[in-house]
Amino acid sequence: MSSVVGTSFYLRTLRRPFPVTRRFFEYVGGLTLLFRDSLSYLVRLRFRPREAVRQGAFLIVSSLPIILLTSGFTGLVISLETAVSAVQYGFSQIIGGSVAFGVVRELGPMLTGIVFAGRAGAAITAQLGSMVVTEQIEALESMGASPTRVLVVPRLLACVVGMPMLTVFADIIAVYGGYYMAWLRVHLPPPTYWLSVQQFVTFADFEKGLLKAAIFGVLIALVACHEGLRTEGGAEGVGKVTTQAVVTAIILIFGLNFALSYVLFP
Amino acid sequence: MTTRPSAAPASPGAPGTDIAIRLQNVHLRYGDKIVLSGLTLDCERGKVTTVIGLSGAGKSTILRLINGLRRPTAGRVIVNGLDLAGLRENELNALRRKMGFAFQAAALFDSMTVAENVAFPLYEHTTLSRDEIDRRVHETLESLGLADVAQRLPAELSGGMQKRVGFARAIVNEPEILLFDEPTTGLDPIMTNVITDTIKQIQAHLHATSVVVMHDMPVVYAISDNIAMLFEGAIIESGPTAEFRRSKNPIVQQFLQGSEVGPIPL
Repeated sequence: MSSVVGTSFYLRTLRRPFPVTRRFFEYVGGLTLLFRDSLSYLVRLRFRPREAVRQGAFLIVSSLPIILLTSGFTGLVISLETAVSAVQYGFSQIIGGSVAFGVVRELGPMLTGIVFAGRAGAAITAQLGSMVVTEQIEALESMGASPTRVLVVPRLLACVVGMPMLTVFADIIAVYGGYYMAWLRVHLPPPTYWLSVQQFVTFADFEKGLLKAAIFGVLIALVACHEGLRTEGGAEGVGKVTTQAVVTAIILIFGLNFALSYVLFP
Repeated sequence: MTTRPSAAPASPGAPGTDIAIRLQNVHLRYGDKIVLSGLTLDCERGKVTTVIGLSGAGKSTILRLINGLRRPTAGRVIVNGLDLAGLRENELNALRRKMGFAFQAAALFDSMTVAENVAFPLYEHTTLSRDEIDRRVHETLESLGLADVAQRLPAELSGGMQKRVGFARAIVNEPEILLFDEPTTGLDPIMTNVITDTIKQIQAHLHATSVVVMHDMPVVYAISDNIAMLFEGAIIESGPTAEFRRSKNPIVQQFLQGSEVGPIPL
């Protein structure tokens, strides 16, 4: 016993000056291990496909209305801001392009990610957190079943597939929103708007936007599951990790979006 | 009557020996809090061993140690001849499949129906056909008087029924070892009798090695072959039920009589 106590004393002493650093590395390490374990089950096809479909249907359908609403308004507002100035300076042919360019490459995936983190990510964390505090996770483990395989992998798949799908909807609605506002505000002829969209945005931009969305999907699922599975305490603990999951996912989405844009759109 | 196990067999807990589960000089601490200190307990194969003790004494922790959900800080936990400390994850999971764990609050999966909950271990760990699984689930539920609620969700059941569904899930794959965590806590006297009869019925049918944790003494006497008392992190008395009741230990006697006067600090 004395050796155990001794080791723990030295570890505590070593950790004390760097609590934030330690917590950061513990968090990153936890996410990495969760991703590694999930990948290992995915590669070996050891997961429940029906559960993945069920989760996907739930998370996508519940997030879709909010995503359509936010992306629609985003398209409207970009067009509103650019249309008048563009016409004033004789650049009306860039209105469609500016809306589509910003939406497809940046705002579509990012806003979808933020809304999805708030809706689906929070739902995942709250559900897993509730399962922890009601001993359902321990019940799973006591039966020799891995929570990662049974719970995390289906949700990870649902998010990875769901995010690009939702982003496609978000892109379409935002670009159409921009078109509607340009027509309403400056009576821009439809061919001018759509020709501009075609000139500014390539299919590669669209693909890269969807790739970003899929990566955000991985991130949201991992953060949400990781936070949910490390819930401590009762209802208060569930609330705490749910908020923490959403905040962390949103911050990471902003950071990762910058890094991905830097790499994908040099 | 002894507070320590008799001479250890060559391979304690191995199949064929009388001792199925052995906890040997187990210590457990969470941070600075000492939960168990030098606990030693033997559970005979095919018998019901009940661990009694004050609330918060660490009784449920003993079940979690046996199932491998907690690792001792020091000491050995030997189940069926296997030292849990030396097992890899897949070996531990294989051992867990031979155990059934009925949790205090049932820990049913709230998104699944009663039938799906009970079928879960069979889908996870067997290659039985869907029809065969349905048949076994129906048989198990019927034997516990739960056939009528098979399609209900756990939230639609009373506490007593949820506990019985938890029992059904624990026994559906006919485990060698059964762990019951406070099976009658919070139930009315009638439901307590139902649960008592259910445990006796399960034991008569499966002849499993059962470890029960509780402090409802009439039920303890009704179901136990052996009783052990946990006090201040260690087993202070253990033995066959009749002998245990005649114990001269003042702590045991105070607990059995439910007296406020005695050596147990209030």
